[in-house]
Amino acid sequence: MSHAPKNNSLDLARIREDFPILARTVRDGKALVYLDNAATTLKPRPVLDAVYHHYAYGASNIHRGVHFLSEEATRLYEGARETVRRFINARETAEVIFTSGTTSAINIVAKTWGKQNIAAGDEVLITHMEHHANIVPWQMLREETGCVLKVAPINDRGELMMDEFEKLVTPRTKMISVVYTSNSLGTINPVRDIIRIARRHGAKVLLDAAQTVAHAKVDVQNLDCDFLVFSGHKLFATSGVGVLYGKRDILESMPPLMGGGDMIKSVTFEKTTYAGLPARLEAGTPAIGGAIGLGAAIDYVTAIGFDAIAAQEKDLLDYATGLMTAIPGVRLIGTAAAKASIVSFVVEGVHPHDMGTLLDAEGVAVRAGHHCTQPVMQRFKIPATTRASFSFYNTRADADALARAVKKAIEVFA
Amino acid sequence: MTTQDLYQQVIIEHHKKPRNFRKIDPASHHAEGFNPLCGDHLWVYMNINAAGVIEDISFEGDGCAISKASASMMTQNLKGKTVDEAKAIFSDFHRLVIGQLNPETEANVLGRLSIFSGIWKYPARVKCAALAWHTMNGALGRETTISTE
Repeated sequence: MSHAPKNNSLDLARIREDFPILARTVRDGKALVYLDNAATTLKPRPVLDAVYHHYAYGASNIHRGVHFLSEEATRLYEGARETVRRFINARETAEVIFTSGTTSAINIVAKTWGKQNIAAGDEVLITHMEHHANIVPWQMLREETGCVLKVAPINDRGELMMDEFEKLVTPRTKMISVVYTSNSLGTINPVRDIIRIARRHGAKVLLDAAQTVAHAKVDVQNLDCDFLVFSGHKLFATSGVGVLYGKRDILESMPPLMGGGDMIKSVTFEKTTYAGLPARLEAGTPAIGGAIGLGAAIDYVTAIGFDAIAAQEKDLLDYATGLMTAIPGVRLIGTAAAKASIVSFVVEGVHPHDMGTLLDAEGVAVRAGHHCTQPVMQRFKIPATTRASFSFYNTRADADALARAVKKAIEVFA
Repeated sequence: MTTQDLYQQVIIEHHKKPRNFRKIDPASHHAEGFNPLCGDHLWVYMNINAAGVIEDISFEGDGCAISKASASMMTQNLKGKTVDEAKAIFSDFHRLVIGQLNPETEANVLGRLSIFSGIWKYPARVKCAALAWHTMNGALGRETTISTE
């Protein structure tokens, strides 16, 4: 079997040198085979350098100091915001709000825009494949307002059933909040169709792009979504920083969730005037180094290019799918026609947690569990899956190691 | 400890053919145990007589090999023991799986259960081995639902 991927313009050996962690060993000298990219991606040197440089030589708060370092940190932080704007093609930087991550971004929308615009009897539509982060905030809103939470069904391949989806949208649907790419199934949802349906009924659309932005170009103007959210740590940056994109008029209508420093124009004990966007929605000192690192991460992936990244990940998905389906007893969970480089599977007689531990013994890092998508597990009547998720720096040799370790684990249970 | 030690033949064998894998109805003591993190879910049933002897003990449920084998071996071990003995074994087992009891150097009442020694090196799996025991201990204390979280 050849390890050389086809149609691949990436210099993988050189790219892998950008990720120091790929040189380390785990579990008594086993080379690390990192296939848990859907949980978090690895961090390349330019990101680590940017974060290190900020704290080593530039550590300073933003937006208030009159001194040199504070001005420099402010420039870098706001520069990262412009980098994000360009990356998702937002109209202006005011539409890019730094948050602590995807979960925080969805909660902000549910607790501010949601609370203001969704009343008792109004409807929020999500899908059966949502991450808990896109279920629980809407359930909390339901508790508070008495709104109705509807769930669009999925088929046995793990694809949205779009006929059913459209039937669930009514004049009372105020928000359609859907995952762009499923973290447990790999399904890439037809978000353009969803947005078209939403427009017909006057509903707003939030896209959870946490699993999308590291793998494909996202253009918020072209999509015409109302909100788009993602996490920095799934985009080769550090944890603790994420993005809430929203259309300006919507963000301006939203009351701030948190009050504090940085989000005000003036404060007296009688009255506080809020600052304009984006500061109004960023109370307190943000993850400055994290945001600067996110900017560096975006520069890094942009330089590699999403055409090359997509080609490499498609090759890895096809190759790994072929290897895994050839192993007797393996059943893939999530076989959508449009699919990201995620291979979720179960093996008859081998619990995913045992599989995870046995793969770990071979140096293969995967996720075993419900992936914060318990309704997906219920839909497929399984307690959990083992999930291998690939990024562009993975190789066919990684997929070979996965398949080898899975076969070995099955033998332990034979 | 390597995973070969963790997945010894006896563990695999108990997983495939769990002992006392049935419901006791009626049972004098029973409890339901959850591991919310991984979805392991089991029930432990006991009949304890007036003299405080566990006359019968069984379990039902689903989970990974570690949790199932641990439950199976627990029922084998505790059948015929007194409640006080069961509590002493629970205490030793608990210390074993969190790495506070070395069965090779320290006196203990674990017997064959010391096969789970070293699982503390796999922190993600400690709760798998401990679930049935916590559920059994809860049943002794008349708790009906035990969660490892």
